[in-house]
Amino acid sequence: MPISFSLSAFSDSRWYEYVVRFVLGGLATVVTGILSALYGESIGGLFLALPAIFCASATLIERHEIRRKRKAGLDGTRRGQTAAALDAAGAALGSIAMISFAVALLILAQRGPLPAFFSASTVWIVVAIGAWYVRRVLRVARAA
Amino acid sequence: MTEYILRFLIGGFFVSIFAIVGDVARPKSFAGLFSAAPSVALATLGIAWFQHGLKAVEVQATSMILGGIALACYSVTVCQILMRLRIGALPATISSIVVWLAIALGLHAMFLG
Repeated sequence: MPISFSLSAFSDSRWYEYVVRFVLGGLATVVTGILSALYGESIGGLFLALPAIFCASATLIERHEIRRKRKAGLDGTRRGQTAAALDAAGAALGSIAMISFAVALLILAQRGPLPAFFSASTVWIVVAIGAWYVRRVLRVARAA
Repeated sequence: MTEYILRFLIGGFFVSIFAIVGDVARPKSFAGLFSAAPSVALATLGIAWFQHGLKAVEVQATSMILGGIALACYSVTVCQILMRLRIGALPATISSIVVWLAIALGLHAMFLG
């Protein structure tokens, strides 16, 4: 399946799910700041990759899938777990891109905040899509 | 206090943006890339840069590499638990935080401690 973007996902979501993720994101950023202040920047930096938001995202994905299947008269529990597992597989590839983001930021930091963040974000998206595409090609080749 | 309110708002904003992109992206495995987006990092490192300067950003980004390795291990663990043990996403993701903590703090102690 090629990459696509479907706005129908908004109809599956409830307004409070966006609030939950906003609050969790805000809290994760605050907690990282507190940990940096208490235990130093080095420990705080670890928590930039804490999967705090992932717990909420995976649970919402599972819930959406179950809700969709139940509308069709099916149980959907297993389908929900599989959808969350696929999201986790994507997150594993995304973490490679996250490491690349950090490495790029370290290399480019001397150039100033804007160029460094812009370049590191570009590296992140290129590595993320590249890793996902390579995995897809390998899976297709293995299945053939 | 103002700093933490600002952190909360900026962090919430970045996380929400990546979450919305992840929601509309298809297929699911591609959408998962956005679950591991550096959203908290963009907010935190941006603030750290203006507040504490380049050195603080370099220290945090170095640790983030180790946190990212732990995140990869965490994601694989969650995927395996969901596929093999067939438990719900919430218990799978929360219980696996132990894996992230152990690997992140272990790597930190080994390389940066």
